[in-house]
Amino acid sequence: MMLRIFTARAVLFAAAAAGAIAATNEVLAQANEQFVPMLVYRSGPYAPNGVPFANGYADYLTLVNERDGGINGVKIAFEECETGYATDRGVECYERLKGKGPTGAAAFSPLSTGITYALTEKVYADKIPLITMGYGRSESVDGGVFQWNFPLFGTYWDAADVLIQYIGKLNGGLDKLKGKKIALVYHDSPYGKEPIPLLQERARRHGFELMTIPVTHPGVEQKAAWLQIRQNRPDYVLLWGWGVMNSTAIKEAVAVNYPREQMYGVWWAGAEPDVLPAGADAKGYNALALQHSAGQGAVHADILKYVYGKGKGAGQKDDVGHVLYNRGMINAMLLVESIRTAQGKFGKKPLSGEQVRWGIESLNLDQKRISQVGMSGMLQPFKVSCYDHAGAHHARIHQWDGTKWVFVSDWIEADSSIIRPMVDEAAAKYAKEKNLTRRDCKAS
Amino acid sequence: MGFFLEVVLGGLMAGVLYSLVALGFVLIFKASGVFNFAQGAMVLFAALTLVRLMEFLSQTFSPFLIALVLTIAVMVALAWVIERLVLRPLVNQPGISLFMATLGISYVLDGFGQAVWGSDVYALDVGIPKRPLMLFESLVPGGVLVSSEDLVAALIAGLLVAVLGLFFQKTRIGRALRAVADDHQAAQSVGIPLNYIWVIVWAVAGLVALVAGIVWGSKLGVQFSLGLVALKALPVLILGGFESIVGAVVGGLIIGVGEKLSEVYLGPHVGGGIENWFAYVLALLFLLIRPEGLFGERHIDRV
Amino acid sequence: MFYREAGQFKTSYGADQAVFPILQDQIFIGLWLALGFVLVPLVSTEYLLKAILIPFLILALAALGLNLLVGYCGQLSLGTGGFMAVGAYAAYNLCVRIPWLNPVVAFLLAGGVATLVGIAFGIPSLRIKGYYLAVATLAAQFFLDWVFSRVAWFTNNTPSGSITAPPVTLFELTFDTPVKKYLLCLSILVLFAAVAKNLVRGRIGRAWMATRDMDVAAEIIGIRPMYAKLSAFAVSSFFIGVAGGLWAFVHLGSWEPLAFDVNRSFSILFMVIIGGLGSILGSFLGAAFITVLPLLLNQLPQWLGVSISTAMISHLEAMIFGCLIVFFLIVEPLGLARLWRIGKEKLRLWPFPY
Repeated sequence: MMLRIFTARAVLFAAAAAGAIAATNEVLAQANEQFVPMLVYRSGPYAPNGVPFANGYADYLTLVNERDGGINGVKIAFEECETGYATDRGVECYERLKGKGPTGAAAFSPLSTGITYALTEKVYADKIPLITMGYGRSESVDGGVFQWNFPLFGTYWDAADVLIQYIGKLNGGLDKLKGKKIALVYHDSPYGKEPIPLLQERARRHGFELMTIPVTHPGVEQKAAWLQIRQNRPDYVLLWGWGVMNSTAIKEAVAVNYPREQMYGVWWAGAEPDVLPAGADAKGYNALALQHSAGQGAVHADILKYVYGKGKGAGQKDDVGHVLYNRGMINAMLLVESIRTAQGKFGKKPLSGEQVRWGIESLNLDQKRISQVGMSGMLQPFKVSCYDHAGAHHARIHQWDGTKWVFVSDWIEADSSIIRPMVDEAAAKYAKEKNLTRRDCKAS
Repeated sequence: MGFFLEVVLGGLMAGVLYSLVALGFVLIFKASGVFNFAQGAMVLFAALTLVRLMEFLSQTFSPFLIALVLTIAVMVALAWVIERLVLRPLVNQPGISLFMATLGISYVLDGFGQAVWGSDVYALDVGIPKRPLMLFESLVPGGVLVSSEDLVAALIAGLLVAVLGLFFQKTRIGRALRAVADDHQAAQSVGIPLNYIWVIVWAVAGLVALVAGIVWGSKLGVQFSLGLVALKALPVLILGGFESIVGAVVGGLIIGVGEKLSEVYLGPHVGGGIENWFAYVLALLFLLIRPEGLFGERHIDRV
Repeated sequence: MFYREAGQFKTSYGADQAVFPILQDQIFIGLWLALGFVLVPLVSTEYLLKAILIPFLILALAALGLNLLVGYCGQLSLGTGGFMAVGAYAAYNLCVRIPWLNPVVAFLLAGGVATLVGIAFGIPSLRIKGYYLAVATLAAQFFLDWVFSRVAWFTNNTPSGSITAPPVTLFELTFDTPVKKYLLCLSILVLFAAVAKNLVRGRIGRAWMATRDMDVAAEIIGIRPMYAKLSAFAVSSFFIGVAGGLWAFVHLGSWEPLAFDVNRSFSILFMVIIGGLGSILGSFLGAAFITVLPLLLNQLPQWLGVSISTAMISHLEAMIFGCLIVFFLIVEPLGLARLWRIGKEKLRLWPFPY
């Protein structure tokens, strides 16, 4: 009995001591390696969407190491940390990884709006950029206030705007939307609530009625929401979900006989894990494509050859080329290109977060470079600037035809005459709250 | 009027699904006095095992049946392991320790299930039709749209309750279970082996979890959030009483209807999203009238 | 041998009733306080402070509050996350709407708001007991989650619902570095722990314990159940509210309602039960266990040099966590504090066996 007690106490003590000691040690990357942290969620309710993204990200970094020998000879050391989509775990992972490597972490991509909000506060002091491609704070487009946030390719206000414009186009013009009903079924979190101000603004301008229907995390309870939709019969339903909420929404739409052709998901609600569970019934569901869709290009051939061919793939070969896999891959590509750009100025060595930030802000991908990285057809040329940290504000709509995603629209540009004043106002409010002085964009 | 009926029917059927999960809780609480928080994890684990085995066996002549038999075996083995490793060492401990132990079991099952079978979303197709049906077109203008999936789920649940009822009333083991639920010591003194009974109870609860897993998994797809439906069954339990099977069913129906009606009719006025807590508040209101739940056993305090 | 009280005579009632009457205990506590206030800030890395110690301190405060309710008064409550949210949002609103109000004072006032909410949600405990009460407190948890998500006033009309806390200041001192934040949390924790220890040794504590052990008998001998139960809810919610304010302002900095969801409630309940119900020390031990263990398990494969995918690590983490909980419950169902107490008893006799 005593032995049991003492061993238990000894184990506890040893564990605590070891934890304290080990927490202070850091596993150092090699001296000439650039450290890239990866915040992922491979478990929990959002894993089906988080896993392909993480795989794409990791595979691209491995590709750069294997095929090119790193970025101008500087190899990339990357480490994953599981956040489970929880803010406090994301913050802990951030604290753990931010100082690793000879020059610290290059940039963080949390893939969660909640974690982005928490980290936005901390990156000011730690000087590490946040790449929030297609998510994050909508007002962080303003680089004058949000020096360290980069919502590349657009934010939720852009997404909502593109959807409304497309729906307007379907009806023969935005003015024809008067009297129509558009419902927003959204995840009851900062992510889901982000588009509401823009949708309300558009509703005011064009006279359509906006219904907002929240769905509590994790989103498996949607019967009542869709009963309301059945009662009100909106002309279109915009889906702003993540994880299992998306597939549940499509299934509930089937159950209340709401035509999937009239459903439009945001770019985080338009991937294979969202439509496959509903099977053939998901046919006709539309979603935004954040520049790219599913599909394979030159870069995928390289990945299959240099990464999976050598057995270093992060996931399954069959997932290569899926929507979220491509998104993770492109996210990694943007970071790599930013580091390359920054190396042009600061030298071909591992760079600090501040230097990488300069690289992202100076990122200028033209068609030639896009072809060189093997992604032609997936992206359009774009340029990031201090004024516009997103670099691009256009998207397309793709539709699920039962087996694959098919583009059904051209490129639609979000209307900056509506969005930018909202961005400026929100950014100014944030700067005032935080007592920040706006950066002079001309200076840097 | 037609829409109101739809909401009520939808609520009834959602309630039936909650009852399915609550049944497992009630079985275990009745027979061993343990509030088994791992029921949700058992639902998830059973569904995961079934769906993945079906995938692996997809080349055989009847993947569903073989996988079903194998899954039942797995759930029985799980019950045996839990009884041996967790229940037996904790046999006389206060209820809160046992509750915590089941919380620990739920963590282990979650982790183990995902580690072995993966954390993707798996579609479970056991032939339950998904198209909605239009009923009562002659009685009510416009007809009442009813989900055929939910109808089948309600039928399955009803069948399960009937089978369980028969099991408890007519078979020898069922009688033994009722004896154990009534008084552990008295049951032991007439020669009923307690440990053996507990394995059976947990195995039966595991089977109930499997049925619930099939129904919920067919509806939502088998993925991690399936384990969270256990939280939905809790208001059902407190409304119906922890020890009553009838209570689980009736409580489920009341909670289901109350939830949906509140969300559809009250929800839009306050911004929506109220069904989560409304179910609990509803159960709480019933509790204030009957502190042991509608069908729960009256608790007599000895001073 | 070292722990004997022989030769320590008390010459006044006050000295006899001291919280730490034995000299060795006083020295021990003094050493711990010195360690906590002086040594740790000097040698700790930023990661240790920000990711391990500060969360541990704040969650220990919350566990302390919950232990008063569950361990000392026997009212099982699963609404801890919701009360932390009340504290956090109340502190935020006070700081934002009354700009001249000092944030530390705001924490205490937020604790007061949490007290009122706690009393309101504690009223069912007068009629309901045991697991039913636990599930009823879940009503509080989900309702509060919803309220802070839906009612825009609480988030100062932020469209996204995610709010940022203003910096914490006190008399010209801004708590912005990890060391200062750590010292702030530690001071508040030590103060509150002293208050809690004295409460449970006094009349109120005894009323709570009587209600826990046999509430009908307690009522018969004259302890008013309403007073005992609601005061337990009140004090517990005060502690938890302050902890919530600290969690939001000092640890997270920016949060949304999901930060205080039902998982948070469960994890604090875990801490209380593993640490030991009805024990102040138990709250600390439980909080340390639950805060440090997942991180340890996460980093263990790396130290051992074993390469496992992050997904498998988090699954293994969940499994080992669950197994350890069951293991501790089997080995010592009364919690880590009981292990400590047994150790102290043995220490009194050491090196003799009896």
